[in-house]
Amino acid sequence: MKSMLAAATLAATLAMPALADPDPTDWDAVTAEAEGQTVYWNAWGGSDVINDFIAWIGEQAAEQGVTLEHVKLTDTAEAVSRVLAEKSAGKDDGGGIDLIWINGENFASMKEGGLLFGPWAEALPNRALTDPENTALTADFTVPTEGMESPWGMAQLVFFHDSARLAEPPRSMSTLLAWAQANPGRFTFPQPPDFLGATFLKQALIEFSPDMMALEGPVEDADYEATTAPLWAFMDELTPNLWRQGRAYPQNGARLVQLMADNEIDIGFDFNPNAASNAIANGQLPDTVRSHVHEGGTLGNASFVAIPYNANAKAGAMVVADILLSPEAQARMADPEVWGLGTVLDVASLEPEQLLLFDRIEFGPATLKPEDLGETLPEPHPSWMVKLEEDWTARYGVAQ
Amino acid sequence: MSLLRRAPALTLLVMLGPVFAGLAGTLLPAFGILPALGRVEPGLMPFSELAAWPGLPRAVALSLGTGLGATLLALALTVLICAGWQGTRSFRWLERALSPLLSVPHAAAAFGLAFLIAPSGWIARALAPLLGWERPPDLLILQDPWGLSLTAGLVVKEMPFLLLMTLAALPALRPGQSLATARSLGYGRSAGWLKTVFPRLYPQIRLPVYAVLAFSMSVVDVAMILGPNTPPTLAVQVLRWMNDPDLALRLRGAAGALLQLALTLAALGIWRLGEIAVARMGRAWIETGARGSHDAPVRALAIGAGALSALAILLGLVALGVWSVAAFWGFPAMLPDAFTAKSWMKQGPQLLAPAGDTALIALIATGVALALVLACLEAEHRFGLRPSARALWLLYLPLIVPQIAFLPGLQILALVSGIDGTLAAVIAAHVIFVLPYVFLSLADPYRGWDRRNALVGHALGASAARVFWRLRLPMLLRPVLTAAAVGCAVSVGQFLPTLLLGGGRVQTLTTEAVALASGGARRVIGVTALAQTAAAFLPFALALLVPALVWRNRKGLRHG
Repeated sequence: MKSMLAAATLAATLAMPALADPDPTDWDAVTAEAEGQTVYWNAWGGSDVINDFIAWIGEQAAEQGVTLEHVKLTDTAEAVSRVLAEKSAGKDDGGGIDLIWINGENFASMKEGGLLFGPWAEALPNRALTDPENTALTADFTVPTEGMESPWGMAQLVFFHDSARLAEPPRSMSTLLAWAQANPGRFTFPQPPDFLGATFLKQALIEFSPDMMALEGPVEDADYEATTAPLWAFMDELTPNLWRQGRAYPQNGARLVQLMADNEIDIGFDFNPNAASNAIANGQLPDTVRSHVHEGGTLGNASFVAIPYNANAKAGAMVVADILLSPEAQARMADPEVWGLGTVLDVASLEPEQLLLFDRIEFGPATLKPEDLGETLPEPHPSWMVKLEEDWTARYGVAQ
Repeated sequence: MSLLRRAPALTLLVMLGPVFAGLAGTLLPAFGILPALGRVEPGLMPFSELAAWPGLPRAVALSLGTGLGATLLALALTVLICAGWQGTRSFRWLERALSPLLSVPHAAAAFGLAFLIAPSGWIARALAPLLGWERPPDLLILQDPWGLSLTAGLVVKEMPFLLLMTLAALPALRPGQSLATARSLGYGRSAGWLKTVFPRLYPQIRLPVYAVLAFSMSVVDVAMILGPNTPPTLAVQVLRWMNDPDLALRLRGAAGALLQLALTLAALGIWRLGEIAVARMGRAWIETGARGSHDAPVRALAIGAGALSALAILLGLVALGVWSVAAFWGFPAMLPDAFTAKSWMKQGPQLLAPAGDTALIALIATGVALALVLACLEAEHRFGLRPSARALWLLYLPLIVPQIAFLPGLQILALVSGIDGTLAAVIAAHVIFVLPYVFLSLADPYRGWDRRNALVGHALGASAARVFWRLRLPMLLRPVLTAAAVGCAVSVGQFLPTLLLGGGRVQTLTTEAVALASGGARRVIGVTALAQTAAAFLPFALALLVPALVWRNRKGLRHG
């Protein structure tokens, strides 16, 4: 009897947090619960442009009674580590992280590990402003999002060059190789597993891959050797012609911008189509820098936010995620003066006064018009990225 | 009274308890146990995976090579500078120039140095017009595969530390008298110093040297900025695994952390063997009676290298300052196209809150450490306790066990106990690292205080407590403040403990600086690194200023 009672109490205690979780379909209850909550948003803190935007989101959240604290990370994985450490320690509620700016690889890993709260994202009021048919929002690196994360920005791989030094940039991986062979030491990419560096590998894989379909499924189901053989042939030729002969790599995209500014390289790239315009506005790059894309299209994906399973302020986190989707926030984010990340909203279906917010945006000289951005290529399954990173590291990352 | 008697034991518990608890927390995942991932079967998988990582031999060699190389160079420079110049005016100048450099945080010094020596840095920019460079040369200077720039960065930062440790130990050895005797027998200045002073000095600075060796091998922030990355040093790679999106890699990371610990112990063993060999050779050299009277080149080299180190850090700081106010600044311009306060206006207000927390944490952690150290030293004095050599070793343990080996385990512990993410947890973690430094700075002046003052006090009827509060503490104001300043500087510089135990919720200038540095924007790095340096430097300035003000009418006390 005693043990049964204990078991019942235990079951009740275990069920408690689940019962107390806010229901996103009852939005009024969510906003009521969110009032007075403090949301710790763990987001990469390496860009002051983005940090400023997040601070502005914090001001909007304050109007709804939610205090937003930006926890600046050097790497999103720090937040994943932390949720994992909390789970290890049995801290299944009242966790330290309420919202994470997450990428496809970490999302797949956290979703698989049962570290996420949800589904909640598709019930957000402002989610209705997006295009339900947009596959970039329903799948993250081909992994179905299933309402476990909410989109807030569209990114696309865009290259940039200094038109004063390089009049006509190469517009495909094969012409890039020919150009690098003629101009050794003037191109590089961030070292995988950096996100942007891995993106460069994937872009090259897609441009050379004979079988696009294979990339949509897990790497185990594909003929990996045959699919990646052209990529490694390309990398073998490219690597000795890289900056520092491929014996050192910049750590991330921001260092790539710095290398451009220092005249160490002639071509850079970023996942934010506005990176070059931003850098010009901040005095980091000369105003002769221009953007370009590759002819067959470039990789694109959405940025998401997710809520850990043990978050302390789930309701507040949902309110912040909803603010991120508001036309005001989306238009501000898309403004190159502020940040310049693409909107996830279906602009064509917006109300006229909402549309006006977007029409007002002036694009910088180094920002391509939406029609010049070309086709957006879908991301391969995340297992490809993992395998490519491993292989690249074994081939080039540790061999001196 | 009984509380005071227990002070040494309490101090060791506060300092070492977390280290051992954290190590235990690393041990489990290294042997395959991580319940949160559903791994409960113990096994050696993480180690076999670690062994299979293709970069392992190089990463291990790099850690050993840069650690041993940097320590050897820093020690050799320190010794040669002291041998050739101690007691001269140039020596005092160098001493004054180097002491403040101790407070420059490692990351800030590394950023500054990186901008000086990079192919697009200041040195290359100065040479560009002479050599006709319009583009920076494609040279692998930073992040070179041999870790040379990493070693250089560690040498310039560790040499001031060893020099100050040496200066603290020297007076008790009365080097002036030994040197005078040696010189009257015809020995050259450097040779005489090396033969008569150094053999007695080395045992005094052995533990600081070991701490430098252990630190150099496991440092993360400097290695990320200056070190190679194909592959990086073992410590950096361990951190990468700990931070990988693939959660299973944490097991490999834990195994790597244990390897790092073993590697540190191995390096200490190698160093110990080296000590024995050098002692043998040194004895033989002393016995030859060679006078070594022509030491001008050695002396010039030593002072030159010392000045160069000081200059490198100072110029690096200037470079950071210029970047923080730079508008567009391209290669090969020596100065930016224009100056702007934009970066400061933007970052400054955001740094205020972290600056407040930094100060609060540093003050409390230093206060706790100072109280414990004073209690230990006073207990030593009152009860005639003699600290054994082993006790000194224990004191150095937190400085020798690599942070990466025990902090992740400690984080889990804090989570279980529910104190993670609080200021208290961060402060407790800082105390672990602040305590040894405070003890080392304060022990000698405290023990060196003239006991006759106490006798006079007692004779006049003062209790032991009254003697402590009214005589000893005021008379030792300057060394106590200096120790506090060292403690604050150590606290300000802590990155991993703040990050892991603060859970991102406790933000200090250092965590802000490193987070922003990940974006690589030099202007922002300039602002935050300077703010961080200022935070570490301010206590030193106060430690100089306060005694001068308080004792403005007590000439003999102003200089402690």
